[in-house]
Amino acid sequence: MSSPIRHIAANTFREAVRDRVLYNLIAFAVLMCGASILVGQISIGIERLVVINLGLTAVSLFGVVIAIFIGIGLVSKEIDKRTLYTVLSRPVRRWQFIVGKFVGLVGTLAVNTFFMAIGVFLALLYVSKSFQAADGWVLVALYFIVLQFLIMTALALFFSSFSSPLLSAVFAFSLFIIGSFAEDLRGFASMAQGVTRWLATGAAYLVPNFSSLNIISSVAHGQAVAAAFIVSETFYAITYSAMAMCGAVLIFERRNLK
Amino acid sequence: MAAIEILGLSKTYQVGFWRKRPKCALRPLNLNVEQGEIFGFLGPNGAGKTTTLKMLMGLVYPTAGTARILGSKLDDPRMKAQIGFLPEQPYFYDYLTATELLEYYAQLSGVEGAERTRRVRDVLVKVGLPDVAGVQLRKFSKGMLQRVGIAQAVLHDPRVLFFDEPMSGLDPVGRREVRDLMEELKHAGKTLFFSTHILSDAEALCDRVAIIHQGELRGVGAVADLTSSVEGRVEVVWQGSLVPAAVKSLITNCRESGESVRAVVSETSQDAVIDALRRERLHIISVTPLRTSLEEYFVQKLKPAEAAAGVRA
Repeated sequence: MSSPIRHIAANTFREAVRDRVLYNLIAFAVLMCGASILVGQISIGIERLVVINLGLTAVSLFGVVIAIFIGIGLVSKEIDKRTLYTVLSRPVRRWQFIVGKFVGLVGTLAVNTFFMAIGVFLALLYVSKSFQAADGWVLVALYFIVLQFLIMTALALFFSSFSSPLLSAVFAFSLFIIGSFAEDLRGFASMAQGVTRWLATGAAYLVPNFSSLNIISSVAHGQAVAAAFIVSETFYAITYSAMAMCGAVLIFERRNLK
Repeated sequence: MAAIEILGLSKTYQVGFWRKRPKCALRPLNLNVEQGEIFGFLGPNGAGKTTTLKMLMGLVYPTAGTARILGSKLDDPRMKAQIGFLPEQPYFYDYLTATELLEYYAQLSGVEGAERTRRVRDVLVKVGLPDVAGVQLRKFSKGMLQRVGIAQAVLHDPRVLFFDEPMSGLDPVGRREVRDLMEELKHAGKTLFFSTHILSDAEALCDRVAIIHQGELRGVGAVADLTSSVEGRVEVVWQGSLVPAAVKSLITNCRESGESVRAVVSETSQDAVIDALRRERLHIISVTPLRTSLEEYFVQKLKPAEAAAGVRA
């Protein structure tokens, strides 16, 4: 990784840590402890299913909220506070700044997810008393969640490169919700006729397909995930993020920093 | 090779929401700053000083024209490693300590390893902040932030420095310290381009100045030249409060201040006035040719547009 990107990423990570972003882990730990004790008492035979579903959904939601709320401020905050001026007057290209910010936030989310994953596995151990072979697929589900964060962070940066933080948050959240129903949208598109079919198909393929990246339910039921599916989803997430980042860079490169 | 060459740089913004209309922030500007100079960019608020600096830093793109710093284009990273920039009223990452911030900037400027640690330590001493090196910037006063701003600008030992209103927000002692630091930088062979509307600072520091108003360059020149026109008048100061009758007819302006009288006379009647004062046995304190101050030159350069605006109105 080129040097300015590495330093900007490290500073973004440090900013997130000092802004107490990782404090969400405390809320997550409380949630997992409470859930583990509660499901042990009210769910008979499906404790694992409930803990995996609840744990992974919480990991996903906590991360998406961080990706959006921190992501939309990564650029706009630097412009508003004029901290960007002293960075871009150095041998740092605008694209390096954007990519550094992206890497820093994705790194923060990866660390956050790592600690949450430990929480999920501890809760699983508490309710099942031992690990099972199928629990390994939980790691794949966690990997897919990180892929979702990759896309969400890139989208948050993309929107924040041309709109206000509030609008960026609205756009990013809307895309997350629509993307979570992308498979349904594609199903609807295939049933529609004429112009509606074209429009629905276009929209269905334009929004990020978060529903195919959400394998929490199948993993909770102990179902295996095909290697080819993992590869294709990885390729999809990286390509989609790269396109969103290219958009963000192209817009930011042309922007006057008033 | 000039340190800074500005060739027809101009900027027009589109303002308004529905019906966009052009607003000219800077008319085509041509300017050269030689290496080793302290160059003052003077103008009232909103004159276009910050816009010019932002264009030179690559933060705002010009509508037309171009500029070169140390012979390189404005987006050349090698050139950017050789310049330092202090924005107006700087604000930094307040979650970092002064040392962490300067370490970060040094990394971005390509200063690595032990050299980086040494330079950060030295520059903190230079700007008088070694005791608060480990304190988070959110606890710093405005004046301390300005010092951090100067520290980050000079940290990587750049050849050309751009300061946007470097004295703003500083108390008299702070201003004096910044002035001393700027002189020190000049003696070290650095080129300094700074914007200000505080004329006394410019007069004390600059080799040359440019005056800009309403986005238009109104005058450029060496401070010594701009302030050297004598105007054929002399100020005579003598002790006491008496103004002899023979002198009264020769003076154009006279005021009593404390234990002395100050009178402005034309150069041609200077000898007659001195003789008259001697005859009255009055003690002459000084005889000084009157020179145009930078302030007078500045006001004079702003006037034509104001007058024209008045005519239009």
